[in-house]
Amino acid sequence: MTGWMQHLPILPVVIPLMCGALMLLVRDGYRRGRITLGVISIVGQLATAITLLCITAGYLPNNWPDGVGVYLLGDWPAPFGIVAVVDRLSAVMLVLTALLGLAAWTYSTARWDRAGVHFHALFQFLLMGLNGAFLTGDLFNLFVFFEVLLAASYGLALHGSGRARVTAGMHYIAVNLVASFLLLIAMAMIYGVTGSLNMADLAARAGELAGPDRRLFESGAAILGIAFLIKAAAWPLNFWLPSTYANASAPVAAVFMIMTKVGVYALLRIGSLLVPTGAPAAFGGEWMFPVGIATLAFGILGLIAAPQPERQAAYCAIMSSGTLFAALGMPGVTLTGPALFYLVTSVLALGAFFLLLEMVERTQTFGADLLAVSLEAFELEDPESPDRSDDVVGVAIPAAMAFLGLSFVACALLIAGLPPMSGFVAKFSLLSAALETASGPHWAGTWMLIGLVLLSGLACIIALGRTGIRLFWSVDDTITPRLRLSEAGPVTLLIFTCIAMSIWAGPTMRYLEETASYLGTPSSYINAVLTQNPGRAVAGETAP
Amino acid sequence: MELILSLAIGILAGSGVWLILRPRTFQVIMGLSLLSYAVNLFIFSMGRVTLGIPPVIDTDWTGHASHYADPLPQALVLTAIVIAFATTALFLVVLLASRGFNGTDHVDGREMKK
Repeated sequence: MTGWMQHLPILPVVIPLMCGALMLLVRDGYRRGRITLGVISIVGQLATAITLLCITAGYLPNNWPDGVGVYLLGDWPAPFGIVAVVDRLSAVMLVLTALLGLAAWTYSTARWDRAGVHFHALFQFLLMGLNGAFLTGDLFNLFVFFEVLLAASYGLALHGSGRARVTAGMHYIAVNLVASFLLLIAMAMIYGVTGSLNMADLAARAGELAGPDRRLFESGAAILGIAFLIKAAAWPLNFWLPSTYANASAPVAAVFMIMTKVGVYALLRIGSLLVPTGAPAAFGGEWMFPVGIATLAFGILGLIAAPQPERQAAYCAIMSSGTLFAALGMPGVTLTGPALFYLVTSVLALGAFFLLLEMVERTQTFGADLLAVSLEAFELEDPESPDRSDDVVGVAIPAAMAFLGLSFVACALLIAGLPPMSGFVAKFSLLSAALETASGPHWAGTWMLIGLVLLSGLACIIALGRTGIRLFWSVDDTITPRLRLSEAGPVTLLIFTCIAMSIWAGPTMRYLEETASYLGTPSSYINAVLTQNPGRAVAGETAP
Repeated sequence: MELILSLAIGILAGSGVWLILRPRTFQVIMGLSLLSYAVNLFIFSMGRVTLGIPPVIDTDWTGHASHYADPLPQALVLTAIVIAFATTALFLVVLLASRGFNGTDHVDGREMKK
């Protein structure tokens, strides 16, 4: 690992930062310049992420121990300086972010990026925050990257403006600001007790704490856990999610799909590091499992009750968070591999679903997708949104209705977890892994998980089936829309990625199972971070 | 001094939480500001409360680590202040936009039915 290759782990943060900053300098009317920068940035991120994935999987030659790459920013050794760490888990999340970002961004170039100022720059900063949160090995930088991605997401959630967006956005901002304060309080407590913010160092030190210090540390970790649970949309901390996601513009809602998963990622990362020394409750099964079950149940009820397709998609996001919590809350790492497979599938599928729904909306005359009763009951007015315009400037694709229908069916199959799509592989492997633990002491939880996961699939079929019939089969007043290639392409890309995941389910699952077993033994992460030597010669001895 | 500091943090946090739970957007933003002050003081106090001790290491006057204040919480609090300041400013804009769209400063965008 020599030359420029050693700087690879920091590129996913640097590329969007530079491109986003340059976009701000581009003259307002010069849209082509922004789009060029955006293409460079996203393709660069995707290429970097895939290279990192290949390196951590061992397909490319490297000298990283156990596939853990540590990048010392400022070249200070680990507990003192800031580190960026790439391992199997971060690499998967980076690829997922880049793929979803590519799809959502391409979709937005069709029309949404013109609905307000600085869309492209905010989008790049959002990607930078996401990539940074997945890469950082330091608790405070995790907070900083969370803030970067949240600040960008506030702007994006309000993109396009309008009454519904501003009202939902205000709730979203207030809730997330409070969550950020909780994150800060937790971090300060943990620093006050352990004197370190480096995650690997913390994992090593947490075991040495005893008595009041340990209790203080656990309270800090519990507050940290609550902050992550708010971001990951766990019940009862997720009431901000449906209206924010349902009101956000389609490409924004699609890319937001990964934002709840950042919370899940943080819980998984910190939880896995703290497990050997006895993880504090928030990261262990005692809290995570019941919270997951409650979130799943809430998602099912919401999905059945939701009248609009966008809200249904938002509840699907809550359901996927719930499934992940419940699966990760099970003892051991048996379910972690399948849970990661489920995470990837559900992010891709729901991202495609949000993009698709906006295109399907265009086939509808106002009120066709709602029951007549709910129109009166909720005093709905025709929004006749200025967002909606049917003039097509780019290349239109043929057979638009067939494309929309097929994509809808594919998304529904993916979300509900039916064969032959990868959603089925995910749920099937999740359930079969859960069955392995069914005979253990945790059998009641196992059966509850299995029951609710199956029930959530049923709820998806009912709700999405109902929506599909209303959207596609009530043919009285549908308009056949003209779709551009740049709108249909991203949805196709996401769905085909899922299809590829079900065709190559073996290799994918093997990689994710390796990730799970790697997370089960965090010593390789800790050693890699703490023993990484600076590139330059250090004068004198570095104190331990 | 510890007592005064903890009382200050407690009162700020308590008032902040109460204000956040109020129905007017202006009260919410004041609550968020108070809460951010409380959090910043809290982070600062986690570096241990010390008096008249420099945080920057003096190479001429080497001494034990206890002769220095912990510089890290001071750096952290600086970052936290900047971030809280920026997000509060953003929230203020959203608050005004919401007031403009809804014609009311209720957090739900509509008045409760009497």
